[in-house]
Amino acid sequence: MTRDELRHKSRCARETRTAAGLRISVCLGSPCVATGAEAVLRALRESYGDRAIEVIGTGCMGPCSRGPLIRIEDRRGNRAAYYEKTTPATAMATVRAHLEGLNPDQGRLPADLPFLIRQQRVVLANSGICDPESLASSLENGGYAALLHAIEKMAPEEVCHEISASGLRGRGGAGYPTGTKWELVRAAKSRRRYVVANGDEGDPGAFMDRTLMESDPHRLLEGMAIAAYAVGATQGFIYVRGEYPLAARRLRQAINEATRAGLLGPHILESGFSFTIRLRIGAGAFVCGEETALMASIMGRRGQPVIRPPYPAQRGLWNQSTLINNVETFGCIAPIISKGADWFKSIGVPGSSGTKVFSISGDVATVGVMEVPLGTPLRELVAMSGGISNGNFKAAQTGGASGGCIPASHLDTPMDYESLTSLGSIMGSGGLIIMNDRRCMADMARFFMRFCQDESCGKCVPCRAGTEQAAQLLRRITSGDATEDDLVKLEELCHLMGDASLCGLGMAAPTPVLGTLRWFRDEYQAHLRAGGCPTGVCDREKHPCHV
Amino acid sequence: MSRIKLATAWLSGCSGCHMGILNLHGGLMELFQLCDLVYSPLADFKEYPAEVDIALIEGAISNRDNLEMARIIRRYTKKVVSLGDCAINGNVAALRNPGGKAAVLEAAYADPVNKPVVFGECVPPLFDKVLPLHQVIPVDAFIPGCPPEPEAIRVALHRVIERL
Amino acid sequence: MPRLSLTINGRAVKARQGETILGAARERGIFIPTLCNLDGLKPLGGCRICLVEVRGHPRPVPACATKVEEGMVVTTDSERVVSMRRMVVELLLAERNHQCPVCVMNNNCELQAVARLLGIDHVRYDFIAPRAVLDISHERFGIDHNRCILCRRCVRVCDEIEGAHTWDVNGRGAASRIISDLAEPWGLSGTCTDCGKCVQACPTGALFAKGTETTGKGTICLEKLVAWRQRREP
Repeated sequence: MTRDELRHKSRCARETRTAAGLRISVCLGSPCVATGAEAVLRALRESYGDRAIEVIGTGCMGPCSRGPLIRIEDRRGNRAAYYEKTTPATAMATVRAHLEGLNPDQGRLPADLPFLIRQQRVVLANSGICDPESLASSLENGGYAALLHAIEKMAPEEVCHEISASGLRGRGGAGYPTGTKWELVRAAKSRRRYVVANGDEGDPGAFMDRTLMESDPHRLLEGMAIAAYAVGATQGFIYVRGEYPLAARRLRQAINEATRAGLLGPHILESGFSFTIRLRIGAGAFVCGEETALMASIMGRRGQPVIRPPYPAQRGLWNQSTLINNVETFGCIAPIISKGADWFKSIGVPGSSGTKVFSISGDVATVGVMEVPLGTPLRELVAMSGGISNGNFKAAQTGGASGGCIPASHLDTPMDYESLTSLGSIMGSGGLIIMNDRRCMADMARFFMRFCQDESCGKCVPCRAGTEQAAQLLRRITSGDATEDDLVKLEELCHLMGDASLCGLGMAAPTPVLGTLRWFRDEYQAHLRAGGCPTGVCDREKHPCHV
Repeated sequence: MSRIKLATAWLSGCSGCHMGILNLHGGLMELFQLCDLVYSPLADFKEYPAEVDIALIEGAISNRDNLEMARIIRRYTKKVVSLGDCAINGNVAALRNPGGKAAVLEAAYADPVNKPVVFGECVPPLFDKVLPLHQVIPVDAFIPGCPPEPEAIRVALHRVIERL
Repeated sequence: MPRLSLTINGRAVKARQGETILGAARERGIFIPTLCNLDGLKPLGGCRICLVEVRGHPRPVPACATKVEEGMVVTTDSERVVSMRRMVVELLLAERNHQCPVCVMNNNCELQAVARLLGIDHVRYDFIAPRAVLDISHERFGIDHNRCILCRRCVRVCDEIEGAHTWDVNGRGAASRIISDLAEPWGLSGTCTDCGKCVQACPTGALFAKGTETTGKGTICLEKLVAWRQRREP
């Protein structure tokens, strides 16, 4: 594809959008597919596909627990109405009614649903809009315009500089400044350079990266290509966890399509810049989300971390300098290049610029994916998801198994990197699990410790044996057999794991325990010998997973 | 200072640690200048006395009898000392832990199902897992070794006596 | 070769560029205990016994894998790292079935030595007592997983020195097991060269030579041990 062809395609798209008629979009994110969205799409296509009505499958629209979702709007994208929990029959009836000029209420989401209207979509701008299985649809929505802009108008160092200036920080968890990382890779002495997208999203309750990969794979490819151009890489890898077959399929298709169109491969857009991307599928190990383990896995070795330094930017894949960023981080790149660092910086709060995608789940009315400016208070996120179901707010677990919890007294905490760190939690990848007051915090901590025990790679002792013993102690606490001494031992172990483990998995494994101990110590103490679980979750006989 | 009341007890062990005590030889004389032996398998005591200063306990907790004894000792004793590896980590007695009780019974008695009488009323029931002493009662000091060196017993005992 | 100045335990020390903290300390007679480290092998940094504090680092670093830097201030014996070492050794002792009196390496064992050095007289954690098996299918050697501490010295010596890479790790977390080839019996391994380096590298009694006393690994009545360890599930 030449530069002019790319421009032409985007322009054509804008023109077709002005045509009259209806457009029906069916959400094809994993949750909607799981609840039958494909049947809905098939039924609509068979009946309406060849008329003046456009029927497309799109990526995730957001409120996942209400799927299968469809959106009906005119071809200009106006007057959009969302319908939840559709079946082929209800979808057909709804569309029929729309054709008759009606606006049926059955299953329609309120037009002012906070979940939909209070978001600010930057990374997910095209999710739920474009067809993830079509390059043309991506181009219609501005795909690869940023890549073209970078190649045409910017020198690689300018791209790095722009990213640094935007204040973008890694969205994978630690929040390392992305621009700094790029500059390091760019400056590293290395024969070759690699760009790796970390799509091994393993935290319980996290599904932001999956949403992006499934909904707008070209956004990821474009971000990676810009990164490769900026740091001087020629080869990229996307590491997708094995549990995301749909994301892998769409990415593979996107890579093939982009390569055929000349947006990846040699001499991209008539420039001297060449970049290819290969897909790597994980085999179900949480630890492979740790960057050194991920690289080992890409190279075909056992997926376990190695000691840093050297950092990947110095010596990564095959001992070459390697840039590893989270999928969502790459998702931020194209908008920054298109709209500029200042625009990006104007979103969010100082120190945490831009937006963040959160996957909100647990005891809320609507489970799903939402993108808001960094620094949005937790209370607002809870309100957007429709409030707490079955009780009152008790705590929110941020950052999944590696994060801590935020109690009700801190509901107004702005969700940015520093505020969360000061509460002993982390931003993490953006998984947000909301718990109501029927949840037992010790039981929750036990669940996460068991998770880390299962996922420990076994290389270093504090993590391998520490998680095992800590899980044992937590089991004893929740089953009412523990003493004060056990609680002391548990805390000691947590500090050992946090300080002495080899990689991030072990260092972060105790965070859920330390977080719940910080805010809910009395609840732990109530469990101790002769006590009982205040919420009744851990009653010995009733406990479903008690062994 | 009144004379120290010393007890020794033998739970699930091989009595090697008591041999270790006897191996104090001359040290025994020195010891009994300070202490009275008030309970021990080395002599014929029927009941555990009500007030004991120091108890040296050999052996792991592998059946209900051991557990009851350990609790009695803890209740009436000021300083409880784990003597030897079995009391400290289960040691040889704990070799059966990976397989559990059933494997032991099967290995020892060809047909345990049809001969439950072996572990009936007169023989205390085995626990599935052999536990070290400090996991069932609080323990004040530990003298490791299999068996502990007499010199280690002597030094440790004097330390415990000092801390009484 | 440029010389770097650093401080270890308050002593001014000169070290070569590229040297590890462990090497620099040892050369000056400052002892740092280790387990997974073996001279001649690439550092693994897995056992965390050699953790030392470096000023400016929030967490302690493994001495075996951390290179010295100019002006570094290292503490090898602070209360914090010593208590960490103790906990790590306790965790190791509780993890598998370490019964010293019935072990071929009793009194020659590095795990035992470290425990002794740190004054560990009991383990506060529950003994996990996992079911672990024993493989004596090899003509001259055997491996007893009950005593394995997963230090991977055998894996590394086989890969880095012998070049056979017979050993590797199977499973993850506490379920990790050292395996030969693709979890085949050692005796059937097509890659094992019978060199015995792994046996020499093993810090505990997990890898042992059959019927000889020259390796310092002693002899045991294998038939009885195997019969016991591989008895039927209840």
